[in-house]
Amino acid sequence: MRPFEYVQATDPAAAVALAGRPGAAFLAGGTNLVDHLKLGIAAPELLVDVSRLPLDAVEETGDGGLRIGATVRNSDLAAHPAVRRDFPVLSQALLAGASGQIRNAATTAGNLLQRTRCRYFQDVTTPCNKREPGSGCPAVEGLHRTLAVLGASEHCVATHPSDMAVALAALDAEVVVLGAAGERRIPVTELVRLPGDDPSRDTVLEPGDLITAVEVAAFPGARRSAYRKVRDRASFAFALVSVAAVLDVEDGVVRDVRIALGGVAHRPWRARRAEQVLRGRPATEAEFGRAADAELEAARPLPGNGYKVPMVRSTLTATLRRLARAEEAA
Amino acid sequence: MPETDVTLTVDGLSRTVTVDTRTTLLDALRERLGVTSPKKGCDHGQCGACTVLVDGRRALSCLSLVVAQRGREVVTATGLERSGTLHPVQQAIVDRDGLQCGYCTPGQVCSAVGMLEEAEAGHPSHVTAAGSAPDAPVELDDEEIRERMSGNLCRCGAYVNIVAAIRDVVHGSAGADGAGR
Repeated sequence: MRPFEYVQATDPAAAVALAGRPGAAFLAGGTNLVDHLKLGIAAPELLVDVSRLPLDAVEETGDGGLRIGATVRNSDLAAHPAVRRDFPVLSQALLAGASGQIRNAATTAGNLLQRTRCRYFQDVTTPCNKREPGSGCPAVEGLHRTLAVLGASEHCVATHPSDMAVALAALDAEVVVLGAAGERRIPVTELVRLPGDDPSRDTVLEPGDLITAVEVAAFPGARRSAYRKVRDRASFAFALVSVAAVLDVEDGVVRDVRIALGGVAHRPWRARRAEQVLRGRPATEAEFGRAADAELEAARPLPGNGYKVPMVRSTLTATLRRLARAEEAA
Repeated sequence: MPETDVTLTVDGLSRTVTVDTRTTLLDALRERLGVTSPKKGCDHGQCGACTVLVDGRRALSCLSLVVAQRGREVVTATGLERSGTLHPVQQAIVDRDGLQCGYCTPGQVCSAVGMLEEAEAGHPSHVTAAGSAPDAPVELDDEEIRERMSGNLCRCGAYVNIVAAIRDVVHGSAGADGAGR
């Protein structure tokens, strides 16, 4: 591990000013960054600790929405009564991720900004275009069983590892970002980039940009939402495939539906084609399958991860079926 | 090499240590403060052997820089024992033989203590039924215990008796003479 200076930030503006310097990085829960320091993936000269900034509250916005502070711990967010009641998909996604210890440390903003668990990215003895631009991507012809089938490029087939981000993408959440030029908002669906020809940049954030909050607005049907995750073992494993869905059905017809997929792309994948196909259609198994197929037309699996395509289809239809049944019963 | 002083409470005592900023809480405890109950298993947050309680919540000391823990109250498995009396979770693991080599045990103990408080505070888990009351304590059956303890690996495979020990604590029968044996 390379030596670094450590500063505890006293307010968000000071943190942004400090972290705008070359070689600086923010530290919050540390569950991903401290590991990267050990692995040699990250070698900052200055760590700006933002974990004690006063950004640790979940506020109800009055119109049924939530403003979630950037340093709210994943465990506290998952247990928050308003999250459990109004946005169950978010609580479920958080609880499907990591372990109890990690959820106690990991923050809302840190969860969004965690980096891929692609084994080549995490192994500094191998090439990786994300870690060392231009060095190549061994995953395309190597081990890619857990990697992307949608939106990947020849330069990178990494997946975004977060469960929470998938729920936030389905909920049309926005991140509030404080930068050198002031505050701005970015939809969660646009925060994380697709790899294209520059996989080294995970997100659209600039150096020094600090996520201060995540905002979720209320909308009809948000309470009828669910997260479903498929993984190699029953607990404490990253998603092979996951689905976050919100379904609003009236008289057996889909009035609104929002779907995001995890474990399949470089970003939480908002399934807008599937949504488009389903809106105004009967909430039936056949229509759910048709919607999944429409989304998966864009899938370009590699030899070792083709199983993900039917897995997305069955996980998505199962999630929608369960939500539709719950709607019927209500 | 940047060095700094860090003062924090460890097992009830205020301790100050001068550290390189790169030092993890785990290394500070074990190598600098002589508190060796937290164990270094994987050192990457995957095994849970380094679990301690920080301000009452279970945390991985290997993924935490000690400079970021100034003023925090750290309790290790050592500090859970009070004047010769084991914590009920510790006693239950002894009674149930919930270990073989023992390397993961201090982490299992701290994780279980933190986990029991989370359930008492009504925190749900991945297997908690949707729509359960937010503030009511969560009833811990074996499925809940296994899910909530999934961050602690035991390569000897003592899981069955670890779950039984925690179940005894949940049911208040831990430490009772001959409980469950």
